[in-house]
Amino acid sequence: MSSDVNGATVDRMAGVDPLPGVAKPDPILVVDGVRRSFGGLTAVDVEHLEVQRGTITALIGPNGAGKSTLFNLLTGFDRVDSGTWTFQGKQLNGLGGHRIAREGMVRTFQLTKALTRLTVMENMLLAAPGQTGERILGSFLRPQWRKQEEANRARAEQLLERFKLLAKKDEMAGSLSGGQRKLLEMARALMVNPTMIMLDEPMAGVNPALVQSLLEHITALRDEGMTVLFVEHDMDVIMGISDWIVVLSEGKVIAEGRPSDIRADQRVIDAYLGSGYEESGREPQTDTGESHE
Amino acid sequence: MDILQVLADATRSAIGPVAAVYALAAIGLNMHFGYTGLLNFGQVGFMLVGGYGVAVSVSTFGLPLGVGFLIGIASAVALALVLGLPTLRLRADYLAITTIAVAEVARLIYRAEFLRDITGGVYGLQSFSTAFYQWNPFPSGTYGFGWLSFSARDLWVMTVTWGLVLVGSAVMWLLIHSPWGRVIKGIREDEDAVRSLGKNVFVYKMQSLIIGGVFGALAGAMLVVNQQTITPDQFMPQVTFYLWAILLLGGAGRTLGPVLGSVVMWFLLSVTDSVLRQLIATDVITFIASSEIGGVRHALVGVALLVLIIFRPQGLIGNRKEMLINVK
Ligand SMILES: Nc1ncnc2c1ncn2[C@@H]1O[C@H](COP(=O)(O)OP(=O)(O)OP(=O)(O)O)[C@@H](O)[C@H]1O
Ligand SMILES: [Mg+2]
Repeated sequence: MSSDVNGATVDRMAGVDPLPGVAKPDPILVVDGVRRSFGGLTAVDVEHLEVQRGTITALIGPNGAGKSTLFNLLTGFDRVDSGTWTFQGKQLNGLGGHRIAREGMVRTFQLTKALTRLTVMENMLLAAPGQTGERILGSFLRPQWRKQEEANRARAEQLLERFKLLAKKDEMAGSLSGGQRKLLEMARALMVNPTMIMLDEPMAGVNPALVQSLLEHITALRDEGMTVLFVEHDMDVIMGISDWIVVLSEGKVIAEGRPSDIRADQRVIDAYLGSGYEESGREPQTDTGESHE
Repeated sequence: MDILQVLADATRSAIGPVAAVYALAAIGLNMHFGYTGLLNFGQVGFMLVGGYGVAVSVSTFGLPLGVGFLIGIASAVALALVLGLPTLRLRADYLAITTIAVAEVARLIYRAEFLRDITGGVYGLQSFSTAFYQWNPFPSGTYGFGWLSFSARDLWVMTVTWGLVLVGSAVMWLLIHSPWGRVIKGIREDEDAVRSLGKNVFVYKMQSLIIGGVFGALAGAMLVVNQQTITPDQFMPQVTFYLWAILLLGGAGRTLGPVLGSVVMWFLLSVTDSVLRQLIATDVITFIASSEIGGVRHALVGVALLVLIIFRPQGLIGNRKEMLINVK
């Protein structure tokens, strides 16, 4: 349970109580009463959730807890049954996925979506925002978009370097391995210049040797001011990098807190972590969230 | 058997006006399917509205031919909107079903009795292309050499239609090799990924449908100008399937795929036709009547396409490496 990636252990969430639905000092994303059910199954039922600007927040929970569904709802890839959410003060209900991405909230997918018959570089360039040549008439103004393209290419190469994909830049994305596709998808999302990035299991299938450097990269992004919300199952990753952890179970937020709070939370242990993470003993908890069992 | 004659006829067919018309329509289909991944099984519908745009404007309403072309193009835009607005937000198969149905319904409407005063009903329309042939700059006579010669009229139609193919291919190349084309190809691969990167996928798909449809309309217009007559029943669904065969033969997702596909396809159709005809005339084949040649040669071309798809699934000039990448 190292916190070495975090460097000096700054508590970015100082003064925030580890309670489900707790208010944050500077929330970038505020979710209210978001519900989604599939037939009889309520996949997501989040009463209130805030994500603090400039932090790394982990969203964890057992399989089927509704993490990916919540991502889909918030990013406009699925429709809520009810509820609202605001991002940087702007209400996003009913906006299409592309509009939400343009607002600065960019997501990746649990099942990787590499654009297989495009090269790695084309995948990256496609993501750059505000391209003249990407409008139908603009596409004929070659000299105009050439310059933009060069600048984007330079930025893409930097990112690919970071993600150890530079050598592959002219290969078809479809020829990449599963782990490399994850990396490409993350790098590609960063090409959009998001204010907040939402990563659905970004480390799944990625070589452990590379995970460490990616974590460093993610913390660097946070230190530059980006907000990161990510879903992950690897406890070492979660505990090592997160400023804050939100635990989802059966669609509801059952706990929130710093890594140390979560590790000690009895309900989280029951719902999710299992005995391996009961290291700090079982102090009685004072949470008031919806209880299970 | 006179092999030279067979090859001469086939070559004439391969570079003739009809091959050019099919190339033009297939370029549109290439935009839809080859680059955007849209399943359009009603490309003939765009040819129909293009052809009638010209014929009705000139023949029924006495408008100039140029205006007829513009109306044909506008009809294609309208048809693309009708097809795309309700379906392009849905899964790909909805567009496929809608296109095949709407193209057929459009044919039935254009041939309907109640529109007879405008469209000529089942008899169609004639004499709308006089102006086109008045513009013919070639003095009358035959052009070419020996077995490969064309009349001034044919040469003029070929010049204009192949000219359109050339310009169309260039426009297509410019579009595809631009950031716009990159988004379009991205949509073919995975539209959710493209949407997650902030691109309005619906608008891009609509633009692609319109552009490809306009190529179909131009093809339809040149087809009827070449024939100097239009009838509704020449726009049957099998025209669309010919276009698909041409596209897959040449190579989908390649600028010159549809052009090469059309040339080769018309060459093969002509060769099988002549060979069968000669074999029957010389009693080498006795179990096929000459009236059945049309059907048999289509079957043969079908077999040839099957063989192609098995051994060269990327088409004649497709990229095998791209083809073999597992898409999901
Ligand atoms: N499109 C859908 N139709 C029906 N049920 C769905 C759909 N999407 C998700 N579900 C259900 O909603 C629940 C939540 O699924 P979700 O994918 O959000 O879980 P998750 O927390 O991301 O799980 P995992 O950790 O396994 O990725 C599951 O029970 C799932 O079966
Ligand atoms: Mg999930």
